Amino acid sequence: MADEKTVILDNSGIKRALTRISHEILERNKGLDDVVLIGIRSGGAFLATELAATLEDIEGIKPAVGTVDITLYRDDVGSSQSRQPVGRTDIPFSVENKRVVLVDDVLCTGRTIRAAMDALMDHGRPRCIQLAVLIDRGHRDLPIRADYVGRNVPTSMKENVQVIFDAANHACEVLLEK
Amino acid sequence: MANFKHKDIIALQDLTKQEIELLLSTAESMREINNRDIKKVPTLRGKTIVNLFYESSTRTRTSFELAAKRLSADTVNISPSTSSATKGETLADTALNLLAMKPDIIVMRHSVSGSHYFLSKKLPCSIVNAGDGVHEHPSQGLLDMLTMKDRFGRLDGLKVAIVGDISHSRVARSNIQGLTKLGSQVFLAGPPTMMPPGVERLGNVTVCDSLREAIQDADVVMMLRIQQERQGKTLMPNAREYARYFGLNPENLKLAKPDAMVMHPGPINRGVEMASSVVDGDQSWILKQVENGVAVRMSMLYHVCEGELE
Repeated sequence: MADEKTVILDNSGIKRALTRISHEILERNKGLDDVVLIGIRSGGAFLATELAATLEDIEGIKPAVGTVDITLYRDDVGSSQSRQPVGRTDIPFSVENKRVVLVDDVLCTGRTIRAAMDALMDHGRPRCIQLAVLIDRGHRDLPIRADYVGRNVPTSMKENVQVIFDAANHACEVLLEK
Repeated sequence: MANFKHKDIIALQDLTKQEIELLLSTAESMREINNRDIKKVPTLRGKTIVNLFYESSTRTRTSFELAAKRLSADTVNISPSTSSATKGETLADTALNLLAMKPDIIVMRHSVSGSHYFLSKKLPCSIVNAGDGVHEHPSQGLLDMLTMKDRFGRLDGLKVAIVGDISHSRVARSNIQGLTKLGSQVFLAGPPTMMPPGVERLGNVTVCDSLREAIQDADVVMMLRIQQERQGKTLMPNAREYARYFGLNPENLKLAKPDAMVMHPGPINRGVEMASSVVDGDQSWILKQVENGVAVRMSMLYHVCEGELE
């Protein structure tokens, strides 16, 4: 049990971060042509939905949103870390030649992102994959870098970063647990 | 969500309600893989699975093999005609020799009930039961339950009629175990010669005197195959008489609920257990059962690999 919890981002901070990321996505892709959002279950999936709503507010167009579950693509099946229920991947559109923005809540070792990219490639060949995360806490095991970051939070491995979602799956707080 | 803590899956009798629900929910997620262009995930890469089938099988063996391959495991198939069993080698010796080749999972079908328990005590690798004698056929039970869940969204409170050769049916035993644990009401019907004594003790089941009584207002009508290879010729006078009293046809199917689903584990003796028009009719879910078989077996293989840790 964590002894101390610090709020890194509150509700309005999260909203500002998602708005900034949305503008960066629009600028980099020169609009939303062929842009789709795919969230990594479960936190990333909730954030992808929020990001799509923010993009719609700004641009008037809502990008398609899908969800990827990476449990079957983990590189540690059989270890105690992998013991999570297998969730459902739901990508109701073709990713072929699309600009995919992969969305996750916290970026750490990069292994989840690698697994998600493997899973995406099995659904087709996107034109490119970009990565958007709410929090980048460092400690990369793999050469993976996010294109859009809500907040960089240097942490120690003893600390934990947790994104709290409310009952309607809206991100309401980001906590650093020491 | 419960973790799966078993090294083997031999019988639904051995699993809790939560473990059965976990296997079913994982199978629901696995279905997405079977419906896309690249039907493969790397989950069991590097694992070796031996399909050891001492009895003939098309559906189950192919389904287990596809399940293993879709999870990226390597598979080896051994059938009676190609195994040293024909030269008199015992099951234990065959298994120990196979073990020397370091398999991770052995999927076995055997005519002797309980042979899987014997093997699981002897071998450190996982054993998955693909049917043992007249004991259990857990993968068929699970795929039947998944198909019912697809249709009704639940298993709790369903009335399920299982009709036919209950004595020789491992499918019936697995379904009785699984369905009663998940809250369904099971009604059994069949010729008295095919009804095992004390079957009520298997779970919350009701033995009916006739097919009509069993299928009255049923949500699910599950017909069983007449297993002539196991029962000899003494249990029923002839196929025509069986069809008359225990065969499902469009007329008696009307006794079940209007939207009742019809199931059969296959292979079907058309015109004996079921009229062809029912097999191919709107209420038949038989091919959906086969489709669900691959996802269920993927779930079983995945979870026994996780269960190895315990």
